[in-house]
Amino acid sequence: MSAATITSDKVVSMHATPSVVPAPAANEAAAPVVAAKNSAREPGVPLSETVLALFKAVFPPFAGIALLIAVWALLAAKGGSIPGPLAVWDAAKVLFADPFYNNGPNDMGIGWNVLSSLQRVGIGFGFAALVGIPLGFIIGRFAFMNAMFDPVISLLRPVSPLAWLPIGLLVFKQADPAATWTIFICSIWPMIINTAVGVQRVPQDYMNVARVLDLDEWKIVTKILFPSVLPYMLTGIRLSIGTAWLVIVAAEMLTGGVGIGFWVWDEWNNLKVEHIIIAIFVIGIVGLLLEQALLLLARRFSYGNS
Amino acid sequence: MSKKTIVKVEDAGMSFDTKKGKFVALRNIDLNIAEGEFVSLIGHSGCGKSTLLNLIAGLTLPTSGSLICDGREIAGPGPERAVVFQNHSLLPWLTCFENVLLAVERVFGKKEGKGKLKARAEAALEMVHMTHALHKYPHEISGGMKQRVGIARAFAMEPKILLMDEPFGALDALTRASLQDELNGVMEKTGATVVMVTHDVDEAVLLSDRIVMMTNGPAATIGEILPVNLARPRDRLALAHDRDFVDCRAALLEFLYQKQVKKAA
Repeated sequence: MSAATITSDKVVSMHATPSVVPAPAANEAAAPVVAAKNSAREPGVPLSETVLALFKAVFPPFAGIALLIAVWALLAAKGGSIPGPLAVWDAAKVLFADPFYNNGPNDMGIGWNVLSSLQRVGIGFGFAALVGIPLGFIIGRFAFMNAMFDPVISLLRPVSPLAWLPIGLLVFKQADPAATWTIFICSIWPMIINTAVGVQRVPQDYMNVARVLDLDEWKIVTKILFPSVLPYMLTGIRLSIGTAWLVIVAAEMLTGGVGIGFWVWDEWNNLKVEHIIIAIFVIGIVGLLLEQALLLLARRFSYGNS
Repeated sequence: MSKKTIVKVEDAGMSFDTKKGKFVALRNIDLNIAEGEFVSLIGHSGCGKSTLLNLIAGLTLPTSGSLICDGREIAGPGPERAVVFQNHSLLPWLTCFENVLLAVERVFGKKEGKGKLKARAEAALEMVHMTHALHKYPHEISGGMKQRVGIARAFAMEPKILLMDEPFGALDALTRASLQDELNGVMEKTGATVVMVTHDVDEAVLLSDRIVMMTNGPAATIGEILPVNLARPRDRLALAHDRDFVDCRAALLEFLYQKQVKKAA
């Protein structure tokens, strides 16, 4: 026991002595990225430290991706029917050489498919924002409305948006608006709920300021409520877009037309498994970009609070 | 008191309905505040001093008795009774200047042009020596600076009475001292009427014309009122050995730690 303690002590002290970063900062720097930034700013840090910090920041994500590809390659080599990374890479080169070709509605480039999926998400999400944000404000501001809508939202929210697809088909008589409709349904709940929570959590201090200044309702909304709720709203938007991007693939598989979900299904029917794997990566990357863009936007409006 | 009475509190009481029944926070409060007077409310925590301030502010309404400001019953908050909140309460999405301007616009926006309003906001910030941080956001400045901006916001409204709820409570001792001196300076320049809640004995004596000592809650009321007849301008260093200052201080300490001993929480 005592031997073990001594060794771990030594490890700590060896670790602490060369790094100029003070102890509390080093503790906070649990995330490797932060550590890298800190030591990069420190002028007295030797080059080897900087390189090490950079390595710590960059290596783990790359190792993760490498592991994923290795497991995939292994499965492909053993499993037979799943194409390996190299085969997919070759297929991707061909596919992305011309992502925007158009040979009629059933044979369009992957770029068109992604864009039309994004368009559906955009429209469905846009309508959801148009309805959900004001509704969230109303529910958050008035306890009666909250009590009234709470059971409705609680009942409908757990339902898979795809269950609403037939209703959309029935009402709109067309596949395309029906898919947009499912996006609308799945996007609206996080927007309503987050906006309402945001309105309910406007700090009483700010409302007191509004009361002492005796601001009119318009000023209260524009100068206090809206800016205060904005971070919550952006969280709602981020969750909505994330869910919408999940749902659109499934919805398009059912409705057909042009879109990444439909494309996946079509390539399955053509037995082009390489393309399905490419689609998985494309869907993942687009989702990641959407998420990051919204996180960036959210940071812009966090007012240095968090 | 030859001067005009600005705020008149008559037999005011405040009780809350709780699950355990009625909780009486304040009872039988009678207090007149004259124009240009600086009144401090002091007492142990839970004595309802902030509640009394909120009643004058109109943020809460009394359950009995009445409060009158400048001849009119206080029925709600209003800009003629500006409040400096303990935690500054600046809007984090507005710069210091915009925070003050929001208040200025509300009070003078109907009568004055944009240029005049901006000049007012700038003048208020200059008074508290914050000209260097006009366009900084609250999270970019220190706690003491935030409180300065809060004070500037309140003064910029040219209120009939300024209400301060432990304005320096969250600051360290040195910052607090410099802000107290600054407030004294602003007071002499503007001749404002102020009611301040504090739990700091020195602060109360240094700033006040009268100190209202509150008994312990529940059902707290005014215990004693101590007039502070120290000449202005007041200098903290000179006062440290001043006979009257020491006496006032002793009277407060005696009230707080002998007559109204707070049982260990």
